[in-house]
Amino acid sequence: MSVKNGGSRELSKKVEEMQPSGIRVFFDLVLGMKDVISLGVGEPDFVTPWQIREAGIYSLENGSTSYTSNKGLVKLRMGLQHYLKKRYGLSYAHEDQILVTVGVSQGVDLALRALINPGDRIIIPAPAYVCYAPLAELAGGKAVCIDTSRDGFKLTPRALESALRVPAKALLLNYPCNPTGVSYTARELRELNRILLKHGVICVSDEIYADLTYDFEHTSFASLPGAKENTLLLNGFSKSYAMTGWRVGYACGPVQIIAAMTKIHQYMMLCAPIMSQMAACEALLTGRDSMEEMKREYRRRRSFIVDGLNRIGLDCALPQGAFYAFASVKKSGLSSMEFCRRLLKEEKVAVVPGTAFGDNGEGYVRISYAAAMDKIKEALSRMQRFLGRK
Amino acid sequence: MDEILEILEKDGRATVEDISRMLRRKPEAVRKAIKKYEKDGIILSYKAVINKEMVKYKNSGVRALIEVNIIPQKDLGFDKIAERIYSFPDVSSCYLISGTYDLLLIIEGRDLHTVSKFVSEKLAPMENVRGVVTHFLLKKYKEDGMVLKQVQENERIPISY
Repeated sequence: MSVKNGGSRELSKKVEEMQPSGIRVFFDLVLGMKDVISLGVGEPDFVTPWQIREAGIYSLENGSTSYTSNKGLVKLRMGLQHYLKKRYGLSYAHEDQILVTVGVSQGVDLALRALINPGDRIIIPAPAYVCYAPLAELAGGKAVCIDTSRDGFKLTPRALESALRVPAKALLLNYPCNPTGVSYTARELRELNRILLKHGVICVSDEIYADLTYDFEHTSFASLPGAKENTLLLNGFSKSYAMTGWRVGYACGPVQIIAAMTKIHQYMMLCAPIMSQMAACEALLTGRDSMEEMKREYRRRRSFIVDGLNRIGLDCALPQGAFYAFASVKKSGLSSMEFCRRLLKEEKVAVVPGTAFGDNGEGYVRISYAAAMDKIKEALSRMQRFLGRK
Repeated sequence: MDEILEILEKDGRATVEDISRMLRRKPEAVRKAIKKYEKDGIILSYKAVINKEMVKYKNSGVRALIEVNIIPQKDLGFDKIAERIYSFPDVSSCYLISGTYDLLLIIEGRDLHTVSKFVSEKLAPMENVRGVVTHFLLKKYKEDGMVLKQVQENERIPISY
């Protein structure tokens, strides 16, 4: 809606300028169709493991239906403190260095609002997750996208150096990456970290897909030499434990940043839902095995789908993490959007145009393998038929 | 456990080609590994899991769990007598367990009569069987990790970031 001529009904300029983008139309098209095989989903196809769901139910039965402290249940923060120490050797104090958020999405928003002064530049390697640039702009910052498409969708030290010729406030890094599945080895991260420290640029590290890293151990950015005081770690339960609908994430970082984020959080959200936090506690305690099992399943699907895509002529590098293959559709001669629209109409397979994640996603589509193997197989054969007609 | 086994345990129809693509191994290597599992008796057979609760044929069977107390034999322990018992085709499962009794059997029969006939005429009179307790099974909810009802696929929005 746009209301002209000012007056009290005028909407926020910033919000009006936010791009709902052409993708919306495509999404509506998908939602209106029946019997679609969707590889367009950004969440696990597994249900939350039962013992975690049961903990949520128990919380309700028990009458735990109140607010929690703004920072989140002490039990959960202590659990996270222990987990981060064990998993990455990171020491975050549950008292003042950990904040439980409503998913990583809220964590990103809080981080950007807590950090940005008007005009501050936020570096975003693109294609990137959809909310980064709009939220940075909404917080008054300037989103500066680095095109990674020519470097295998990886942020290189050279590209980072050159972007930092103009000073920036923070780098918003997401690895493994949605939409590309790209991740970084410890050595690659060390290089990036060195540059950030040199320029005094904060790293906001969205590691929501950390547990879904297939070819090497995930290195948490904060665990790099000298990085901890310069890094805000964002993570959550959605992808590791198939808990997207519960909306639980967490932010860990220097006391001042967490305090600033908590200030905003207490006004806008108060706290994450208590039953979700209870379920998250259970996930930390007993969810590891289920998580590992889901991860093995994703890894098998990854190999299967990437092999299949390359065989039918959609070139695709092996993603190192998350559950997306980012495949090139250039050989089809179609734009990303056109490819997706026609594939949907002609073969009822839904994938997401790369352009949804920034202009430099043109020529690519994001194909999610958070779908059962038989669906993946069927989708591949439909895509092959589709390409055969091109 | 080898991932090949994990895959086949979930889907016995997974082909060598599919498995080799999932695991990024050569089809020949996968085929060889499966052959070896079959030869070594690690993979015993491939079959469909049928939800008999839903197969409404005439005289659909009766099942019973039977606790059996047995007297172990010198030098042979429980094994020989267990073999004598589990070799009856009526016995679909047989476990040696700790606690107040020794063998737990799952018996399948055409009807109550067949099961009780097996118990009274074959099982109970056996020399080393000291006593049996028969529990008829009323309803099965879950078996071997499978919940015995059609699971509704949970709805996800078909497209999301």
